[in-house]
Amino acid sequence: MFDYYNLEPLLMWIHSTMCSLMPEWLAFTIEGIAVGVFIMVMYAVLAIILIYMERKVCAAFQCRIGPDRVGGRGGLLQVPADVIKILTKEIISLKNSDKFLYGLAPFLVIMASILTFSCLPWNKGGEILHMNIGIFFVLAASSIGVLGILLAGWSSNSKYTLIGAVRSGAMIISYELSIGLSVLTMVILCGTMDIQEIVAYQENGWNIFKGHVPAVMAFIIYLIAGNAEANRAPFDLAEAEQELTAGYHTEYSGMHFGFFYLAEYLNLFITAGIAVTLFFGGWMPLHIAGLEGLNMAMDCIPGVIWFVGKTFFVVFLLMWIRWTFPRLRIDQVLILEWKYLMPLSLLVLMVMTVMKVFGLVF
Amino acid sequence: MTMSADNIILIKPEELYDEASRLRYDAKEPMDYLRDIVGMDWGEEGLGALYYLESTSTGARRVLKVVAADRKNAFGCAEHSFLPSVCSLWKTARIKEREVFDFFGIRFTGNPDMRRLFLREDWKGYPLRKDYDMDSNPLNMDNETNADVTEEYTLRPDGTVEGRENVVFGKEDFVVNIGPQHPSTHGVLRMRTSIDGENIRRIDPILGYIHRGIEKMNESLTYPQTLALTDRLDYLSAHQNRHALCMCIEQAAGIGIPERAQYIRTIMDELQRIDSHLLFYSCLVMDMGGLTPFFYGFREREMILDIMEETTGGRLIQNYNVIGGVQADLHPDFRRKVKEFIKHLRSVIKDYHDIFTDNVIARRRLVGVGVLSREDAISLGATGGTGRASGWSNDVRKRHPYAMYGKVDFREITRTEGDSFARYMVRMDEIMESCHIIEQLIDNIPEGEFRVKTKAIIKLPEGNFSTSVESSRGEFGVMLESHGDKYPYRLHYRSTGLPLVDTMDTVCRGQKIADLIAIGGTLDFVIPDIDR
Amino acid sequence: MEVKKRAEIRSMQYDEFRNNDYLERMADQLNRDGAGVIVGSADELINWGRSNSLWSLTFGTSCCAIEFMALGAARYDMARFGFEVTRNSPRQADMIMVLGTITYRMAPVLKRLYDQMAEPKYVVAVGGCTISGGPFRKSYHVVNGIDKIIPVDVFIPGCPPRPEAFYYGMMQLQRKIKVERFLGGVNRKEDDKAPVTREQGSHPDGEPRQLVNLSTCQLNKEEE
Repeated sequence: MFDYYNLEPLLMWIHSTMCSLMPEWLAFTIEGIAVGVFIMVMYAVLAIILIYMERKVCAAFQCRIGPDRVGGRGGLLQVPADVIKILTKEIISLKNSDKFLYGLAPFLVIMASILTFSCLPWNKGGEILHMNIGIFFVLAASSIGVLGILLAGWSSNSKYTLIGAVRSGAMIISYELSIGLSVLTMVILCGTMDIQEIVAYQENGWNIFKGHVPAVMAFIIYLIAGNAEANRAPFDLAEAEQELTAGYHTEYSGMHFGFFYLAEYLNLFITAGIAVTLFFGGWMPLHIAGLEGLNMAMDCIPGVIWFVGKTFFVVFLLMWIRWTFPRLRIDQVLILEWKYLMPLSLLVLMVMTVMKVFGLVF
Repeated sequence: MTMSADNIILIKPEELYDEASRLRYDAKEPMDYLRDIVGMDWGEEGLGALYYLESTSTGARRVLKVVAADRKNAFGCAEHSFLPSVCSLWKTARIKEREVFDFFGIRFTGNPDMRRLFLREDWKGYPLRKDYDMDSNPLNMDNETNADVTEEYTLRPDGTVEGRENVVFGKEDFVVNIGPQHPSTHGVLRMRTSIDGENIRRIDPILGYIHRGIEKMNESLTYPQTLALTDRLDYLSAHQNRHALCMCIEQAAGIGIPERAQYIRTIMDELQRIDSHLLFYSCLVMDMGGLTPFFYGFREREMILDIMEETTGGRLIQNYNVIGGVQADLHPDFRRKVKEFIKHLRSVIKDYHDIFTDNVIARRRLVGVGVLSREDAISLGATGGTGRASGWSNDVRKRHPYAMYGKVDFREITRTEGDSFARYMVRMDEIMESCHIIEQLIDNIPEGEFRVKTKAIIKLPEGNFSTSVESSRGEFGVMLESHGDKYPYRLHYRSTGLPLVDTMDTVCRGQKIADLIAIGGTLDFVIPDIDR
Repeated sequence: MEVKKRAEIRSMQYDEFRNNDYLERMADQLNRDGAGVIVGSADELINWGRSNSLWSLTFGTSCCAIEFMALGAARYDMARFGFEVTRNSPRQADMIMVLGTITYRMAPVLKRLYDQMAEPKYVVAVGGCTISGGPFRKSYHVVNGIDKIIPVDVFIPGCPPRPEAFYYGMMQLQRKIKVERFLGGVNRKEDDKAPVTREQGSHPDGEPRQLVNLSTCQLNKEEE
């Protein structure tokens, strides 16, 4: 029934056609380049959409209108204008900085973000990097980002950036535990680390319903920790505009700064995307048992729309949090993690294991 | 409150400390609040200072006058004049004496920190001396270096003076420079902050980035002209500041102002206070990283600005009070709009509390953070909401009523905790109290003139005059010395913010960097008012 | 009590505002006559991007800063025009709005902040104090006009200016940016004698460097 959902036959057909026209290595190379370009373009387009969305959402929360002059009444071209501006802006090199690390840092951040990005299950068979330990890879790849932040803060030779970087290091490494544990909870529920299989497991019910209480708990923990991972308010201590002017990227200008800016928004999307994969059935349509007509109608909507739609919903939740809460203090952030979230997620993990063993999940 | 010259007690420099300490620890009427130290240059008579004291228990006020030395001798021997420091009696004296030193070159023996306060460390001369050459310090575009040591002078028993150096920041200190261009210092304050990890070890505020020399300029302006500069001191207390100066000149010149003007001034003062406190709310929330409530505060603030603009013509700086009354009569819509606004404010203030006050993060960031004890608040002269949050009832409107404040019924909001949250809540409650004051007055504004005619050139009789009002963020004082001319001989403003900035070091030690910003927000200072 | 009639406010005629469109007309003309199709349209695109995305440095020293905050708040909402973000780091800002009096102690800091900004950078001087010293002109500690320290693109007079005036000034800046050239020429040439050094704390000599307002110079050259 899901067959027309599946992109895999289409992709295989493209591959075999390519192979019939040229040697296999060339086909692979061309495909690799095409996929790479595709990821980059998607990445940029999504970033533009997300930034635009953030501006409009925050304007709505703040009784404002938001951009409405550049590109028609909706201000649709505002973000492209920003992009053009930032692309033509000077990149400053600092006198007493570590030039190599200073240049490397934004690329590390953006690379981590792109690697994670390419693991998202867009559709059935529509995953760019597919491996049987997919979710583990996501966790591993996303940790590279913190390295970039640390390097950025260290190499800029400025006290603000250093404080920002150290804060961010302490915070992200702590919150990775909670993320890991809540992801593990869902891995136990699904019995697999393969992202496509995790989604497939949710064919007859999303994990958040299947795993009920512990899954909901895990989702909340994931949302909080994910927010921290993405360096978003109320966990934006690494940037902390009001305290550290711009935190770890204070000294970056032009496109270097643009990379950090892009990565921030894409990390938001990735955090939401993983949440959707683990808890809301990925690209699976919404099915309600007993309502066959509705279910049929839902099946007609392609998986990619389901995935993107659900992800944007979670993104909206995260934005809502961001524009409502004041910022936490560094010790409070760490206390929240080590005293509350981590024990709680261990408990959730245990409960989930017990329930899975005794068949108490749906 | 005006004080005429006969309240001034003249004492000799060598007796200053004993006399001050006698007054400070007087059993019946301890003068525990040092309002201000005003440096003076009396020309031939010499350099010196006026000490304005007040007793927090009885409200009595005293002025001590000290002439440091015969001017010729002062310059003749060591080029410096010396006065004994009183900073062991009042903590606030420490920074106030630095100010006097900066402007007049009087050094205080026993003050551990005798650096320049407002001017560059390589500044030549002392600008508020009457013989200061205005062109002696051209614009210097070299980056300023800050010394890590301060000078201290001690008086030897044989009468000679010994100098030694105190270390502000040692080699082991990790000093972070917060400001002067920083989003959360509310202007161009600069705080050299020594930190240990995230914990603050010491703060050394560096001021003067917006020092405009208003007090020196006043000496060459006629009395009506001096009014214009008061609005630009603390632009969020523009009405109150100007009110204070007008009151001082009116009382010195014996001008009675019509009752209608008194009503208008009081209402305007309170509107200004609401305006300022709304901005306080907005800025505090923004400093703590919550951006949305910022817009709520500004939404209501715009409504006040509209009301003010209709009557006064200005949004931020109104130039409304004049000597003898107010500049223009109230706009016909004024009464209706004010009432509508108060009704509206009462209905939306709940949103403010919902989104911020009751927020768990906000509470944890504010409650118990940055505690200022009552003794410290008095000793540091931290007036206004900051002092009241520490349990010091210092509201000038209650203690020394002026305008209509003696006739209206209002509560002085005090709390005892002294932490950031108390400071925040005091101001939020004061918004409602100001609404209450306005409501009592708005329907009873008497008919009549809104100003009395005064001459363009006003000459005040000789003497010292001082008034104080409760501005949006503390006691704003005007200290005026007239020598009978059409220009003031010396016109000094008691800055509300200077003592507040001075409390930063006391309050912030041991707290986190993030708290520094939040505490700065709750102390609520405006830098142009500090630097003058 | 006699109620006064609403006073008639004399203001600038609306037609006079329109006179300032000359910059836009010049830009059109320049792009029509002076540049190749590809370079010209690329320039146009870049200028469109730059002019519509001016992130200002938060640099408030006194009163005008409060009006700037009002400008960002809901009623005036400068985000509508592309002045969305105010950056706190000079590296990431496109323009520096000098809001309030610049004193002798602040002047080197302002200069340093300006030097720390990345090109292209613009300066908007807001309020009487920054333009000429304003009410503090006679003071011993106030810079009489920041154009003595850094090159200024737009002056916005007022004490403080109304938010509408801010808009007008910022839109003038947008127009000005639209006549710049990115490709095939440098926008802001600097005097060779005083090279710009961007390292912290360095200043070649005591003299403020002479900067030529090149957008106008270039125009003149083009017209010759």
